[in-house]
Amino acid sequence: MALSVPAIMKTTAARLSALYLLLFAICAVLLVFYMTSLSARMLTAQTQDTINDEVLGLARAYKRGGLPVLVRVVEARSRQPGANLYLIADANGQILTGNVQSLQPGVIETEGWTTEPFSYQRFGEGELDRLRSGVADPAAPQPGGTQTEGEQGHNAIALVLRLPNQMIMLVGRDLGEPERFRAVIKRSLMLALGMMGLGGLLIWFFVGHAALKRIDGVSEASRRIMGGDLSGRLPVTGAGDEFDRLSENLNTMLARIATLNEGLKQVSDNIAHDLKTPLTRLRNRAEATLSGKHKTSDYRQALEGTIAESDQLIKTFNAILMISRLEAGYSSEHTNRVDLGAAVSDVVELYEPVAEEAGVLLEADLDGAFLVDGNRELIGQALSNIVDNAIKYSVDSATTPAVRVTLDRTPGEIRLTVADNGQGIPDDADRARATERFVRLEKSRSQPGSGLGLSLAKAVMTFHNGRLDLLPGNPGLSVVMSFPTREDH
Amino acid sequence: MQMPATQTSSEIAYNGSMKILVIEDDREAADYLQKAFTEAGHTAHVAGDGETGFALADAGDYDVMVIDRMMPRRDGLSVIAGLRSRGNTTPVLILSALGEVDDRVTGLRAGGDDYLTKPYAFSELLARVEVLNRRASAKEAETVYRVGDLELDRLSHSVKRAAREITLQPREFRLLEYLMRHAGQVVTRTMLLENVWDYHFDPQTNVIDVHVSRLRGKIEKGFDKPILHTVRGAGYMLKGG
Repeated sequence: MALSVPAIMKTTAARLSALYLLLFAICAVLLVFYMTSLSARMLTAQTQDTINDEVLGLARAYKRGGLPVLVRVVEARSRQPGANLYLIADANGQILTGNVQSLQPGVIETEGWTTEPFSYQRFGEGELDRLRSGVADPAAPQPGGTQTEGEQGHNAIALVLRLPNQMIMLVGRDLGEPERFRAVIKRSLMLALGMMGLGGLLIWFFVGHAALKRIDGVSEASRRIMGGDLSGRLPVTGAGDEFDRLSENLNTMLARIATLNEGLKQVSDNIAHDLKTPLTRLRNRAEATLSGKHKTSDYRQALEGTIAESDQLIKTFNAILMISRLEAGYSSEHTNRVDLGAAVSDVVELYEPVAEEAGVLLEADLDGAFLVDGNRELIGQALSNIVDNAIKYSVDSATTPAVRVTLDRTPGEIRLTVADNGQGIPDDADRARATERFVRLEKSRSQPGSGLGLSLAKAVMTFHNGRLDLLPGNPGLSVVMSFPTREDH
Repeated sequence: MQMPATQTSSEIAYNGSMKILVIEDDREAADYLQKAFTEAGHTAHVAGDGETGFALADAGDYDVMVIDRMMPRRDGLSVIAGLRSRGNTTPVLILSALGEVDDRVTGLRAGGDDYLTKPYAFSELLARVEVLNRRASAKEAETVYRVGDLELDRLSHSVKRAAREITLQPREFRLLEYLMRHAGQVVTRTMLLENVWDYHFDPQTNVIDVHVSRLRGKIEKGFDKPILHTVRGAGYMLKGG
């Protein structure tokens, strides 16, 4: 896809590159300044040392033979090629001898080291310069005395001394060489900086481009998924980088959403079936009763059937509402310390006559205190649903039908197990499905019930931060309610 | 299963008519309640909103009030709280679409005496209202309940019928105690589950029927007259003679 600059600027990679580039640039500029000023100081010190040596030599000559010898030595040295400058002037500043033709005014008036480099003209160079630059007066004073190389002047530093006879002697050294050296350092540093900037821009472009491409892939895939194709997944390149990890995580999330969505769809299908079927029956019965002539007792019977059917519908509806509320997170205002042992014996006691009537042996094995944080009412309802189921399905046991309710403690959990010795649910997938809403396994279709009993129990366990597991018994089915242990226990 | 002596709720002769105030904003539901209460032999007044209801309750002398929880102008709980703060102790049954455990607790905490979730069966409402009737609820203090030739001693935990000792399990005793306290009144299965077992849910199987029939076996077997009657479409009633 086409890459526009504003788009690239919006990528994180580009922003990071720009930030790093800026940081590197600041460091490089600081480095250049530090290096140039350091080298300048070092070169100046070196130049001053050379001048000092020169002055020492001249001083020795002066000592040896006074002014005439000094002048001779100066004249001799002035003729030698080199960077050294010599000048002897009278008290008025009139140049007597040396290799300096002219120099910036004011330089020789103050004794000691010149504070700043000054410009000057050497003998034999003025004409040349004039020819080269076409400038009329090369000796014209330069403001500030800091001439740049481009103006063809020479810069120098010097030591100005006053001789005993008020004459002035200047010993200096041309700065051309150190200045060239400094320029070379500066140029190479500038070049390095430029290269760095260019490199940064290239990295910026490629990293930004690559990241943008990956992210565009992810965005496109998510747009597709948002468009309704929940089976779509984000691209994983296999590079194992953070983009892949992100995509993998998002894919896991999408799979979970797809599962939930599938569940929701199934639930609405089931609601449609489980609520529409009795509603249709209800309507049909009313219609059939209205058409044709009937005895009064027929009407009564039809109305009684209608009421019974509506009651079942209300029950189903209440169960659905309760499951949703439990799953949405129940207000924890009404949880308190519940003795599971007492809760179990209450439910067992409630179901004991029913079990006896069905010929099922219902036993509870409760030893010790099992305290959990919870809601007695909800636990009772969940347990009664499970016990109700166990009694119903233990009837077809090969031996004496029996339901056993036991409580035991494992590290971190209190487990309430309801085990029957009926046919159980041999198929693993069926067992896993049994707690889903409205799922009624083939075998149970003949039994009365909404298909919500175990789902409600599961929702109750979720509310208690616990689990509901269906395990294969030997024979039969074991339904295990696992409660987390109270923290202060 | 066919129980002896079946009656429908409207056939029950209630020994005493009540003055009932219905505060309900749904016109149709209120009219239906008024008609049904009248048919059951009671007098019912209807208020269409909380404010009117409060004024009527404050002025009139009612035996029981049936108050809808969610109403315009003033909600049911606020009406109840207002009446209670003015010293009105008339028993109140709250009608509500909210039926979760905490909704019930909130309702009873506000001063309600009973709580019924919509949609409800009128037989259930009627049975509960009759049990709430303040003129009939004087039995709390009695230590010995007598219905016909059946006698229950609350202190010694003993039950006799025609001077013959009957042994009951603790829960059977509590079941009979509740039935005897409300002798002559219809007691529904949910009322029994709530008051004897302290559960507010609908069990999948009618466990209560089995408990009652077991109790019936103990108090009727070997005696000529039935005493624990099944009221079709409503519940049970203990009635002597």
